[in-house]
Amino acid sequence: MKLRKLAMAASLATIGLASALTAQAAAKEQYFPVLVYRTGAYGPNGAPWANGYIDYLKLVNAKGGMNGVKISFEECEFGYATDRGVECYERLKGKNGGGTVFQPLSTGVTFALTEKAAVDKIPLITAGYGRSESSNGAVFTWNFPLLGTYWVGADVAIQHIAKKEGGMDKLKGKKIALVYHDSPYGKEPIPLLQERAKMHGFDVQLLPVAHPGVEQKATWLQIRQSRPDYVLLWGWGVMNSTSLKEAQATGYPREKMIGIWWAGAEPDVKDVADGAKGYSALTLQHGAEPNSKVAQDILAMVHAKGQGTGPKDEVGSVLYMRGLLSSMLAVEGVKRAQERYGKGKVMSGEQVRWGLENLNLDQKKLDGMGFSGVMRPVQTSCLDHMGSSWVRVHSWDGAKWNFTSDWYQADEKVIRPMVMLASGRYAEEKKLKPRTPEECKQ
Amino acid sequence: MGFFLETLIGGLMAGMLYSLVALGFVLIYKASGVFNFAQGAMVLFAALAMARFAEWIPGWLGFENQVLANILAFAVAAAVMFVVAWLIERLVLRHLVNQEGATLLMVTLGIAYLLEGIGQSLFGDNIYSIDVGMPKDPVLVLEGMFPGGLLINKEDFIAALIAAALVAALSLFFQKTATGRALRAVADDHQAAQSIGIPLARIWVIVWFVAGIAALVAGIIWGSKLGVQFSLATVALRALPVVILGGLTSVPGAIIGGLIIGVGEKLSEVYIGPLVGGGIEIWFAYMLALVFLLFRPQGLFGEKIIDRV
Repeated sequence: MKLRKLAMAASLATIGLASALTAQAAAKEQYFPVLVYRTGAYGPNGAPWANGYIDYLKLVNAKGGMNGVKISFEECEFGYATDRGVECYERLKGKNGGGTVFQPLSTGVTFALTEKAAVDKIPLITAGYGRSESSNGAVFTWNFPLLGTYWVGADVAIQHIAKKEGGMDKLKGKKIALVYHDSPYGKEPIPLLQERAKMHGFDVQLLPVAHPGVEQKATWLQIRQSRPDYVLLWGWGVMNSTSLKEAQATGYPREKMIGIWWAGAEPDVKDVADGAKGYSALTLQHGAEPNSKVAQDILAMVHAKGQGTGPKDEVGSVLYMRGLLSSMLAVEGVKRAQERYGKGKVMSGEQVRWGLENLNLDQKKLDGMGFSGVMRPVQTSCLDHMGSSWVRVHSWDGAKWNFTSDWYQADEKVIRPMVMLASGRYAEEKKLKPRTPEECKQ
Repeated sequence: MGFFLETLIGGLMAGMLYSLVALGFVLIYKASGVFNFAQGAMVLFAALAMARFAEWIPGWLGFENQVLANILAFAVAAAVMFVVAWLIERLVLRHLVNQEGATLLMVTLGIAYLLEGIGQSLFGDNIYSIDVGMPKDPVLVLEGMFPGGLLINKEDFIAALIAAALVAALSLFFQKTATGRALRAVADDHQAAQSIGIPLARIWVIVWFVAGIAALVAGIIWGSKLGVQFSLATVALRALPVVILGGLTSVPGAIIGGLIIGVGEKLSEVYIGPLVGGGIEIWFAYMLALVFLLFRPQGLFGEKIIDRV
């Protein structure tokens, strides 16, 4: 009996020691859960984003990690379904010492996770998507719509149209149609467009397209009938190419169509080729950047070693770069946190939030990381979780995307009051007390 | 008036394409009593095979002729669909003779997931093109009668003609050939058909193969319009209200049902959509089908089922 007890105690001690050693080993790695969709209706667009995201993490590891801390990561496939996205989040959030950040690449999932992330104290980076009012860090303390929101996109689209027409005053009496994915994502720009319409006297025609967007004949017949001066395309996945094909089939000029940055990548136009010639889309700063130093580094340090995540010829494509940039922003958030809380240490969610709220990627730093010409500086604060609102326009020439505009910046005078109003309403509804500048200093 | 006609014609042409997909459901239901939920996955699988072989074959054989590549790719894709039909009969249906309809339905759900997964693993999950030379630009007719003319989408028009021809050929096959009669006999009663010497296994392979060919043609047409990608599998959802409305056992029902649904959804989106915020055409098609079912539960042309007690 005594011997049995002794053996049991020894076994338990061994198991305890082994778990402690494993935990210690795991603690040396910063864990990045990665929500992806490589399958389903939106897979062709989700896959290059995921490949860029993961390749950048591999590049950081190949260069020695984040101040010596290696990155571990794990994919969870959710097929762009909100319920499955939330499931993935729940499954991964507590693994390997806890998720560093989540980037769901879905506005629907972002809406669903906004409250959960605050409870779990895990930052939610939504670069170029998500809730537009979440740029107010006083209320949305865990959301980071870095580089731009849909209100930024819609505002710049109107600025671009005004420039083409010869000034904001020339917008009076014009008709602008919004062909949008009938989902939280597609509906995001509507308040901004309505605000701008009130200011400048143009009409907005709203044309929702049901998921996944393969049937748009009725939509484009309505466009043929109402003949809007411009069409804004707010689609994702197959909806974008279908819109362009229907525009061709109904004779609507592609030069009058402007897409959001999720409707301006290779999968959207490749199959349409000449039919999409002249079509323009906003960019989330970058376009296709196969010659950028960071893309070349990935080819040399990741793909050349047979560790590339996707096909080699995809490196540098628009959505690949979007994933790469998103990954870089998360990594820089961790590195910034390490500057305060200790280099070479694994950061907690709260520490990473501090890092993301104090990002300061100036041009010199960006150039050093290989992002020269890819993006402009980003500087966030406790109250500004967006950090930058620069946009360029690129156009499809039948074979490739080319930049066709200078830099635009979203008009803060229009967007800021809307952000404050919407986030204030959110705080009231959820009974949240917004952070004050003094609280931010802590 | 011109705009109404454009919408009507657009709806009729879209409806013809729905009929083509609906036909796959009807064929398999008529011959095996199985509601084939995998029809959409078969469209995707067949289109992927066609697109990829049209790309690969010229490289393998060292020529550049697109027409020849398409013809050879069609033949190979048809052969692939035959293998799929044979495997389904051998591995699935053979073991489920005289099982409940619900069991067979669930099995086809499984087949759908398998085909989607295997198709994308074998042929890739990117967006692929099928270029069969369909014209993409529109044509304007009756410009003297209507201001701005009537816009006809040439691609849709040709697609509707192809769909109509295939539907007509399959109707003849069912009504006028010995195999067609055997298919109908099997559909009525598996055991009775076997007892008079109809080879059940062969008939099932034939009917799944024919449904596979219908899926291949639908896949080529839709793939040429939309690009070959996962969303093609959802095209089947567009055909579901067609079979609900037309009846699961009627080839003419699939045609008339397709046209009614096509026209109904386009007119509803254009004329009712703006009043309720738009984006209604998908659920409106189902609602239309359900309203029909209130008055004719067996669908427009479906057989009335009478069970004697």
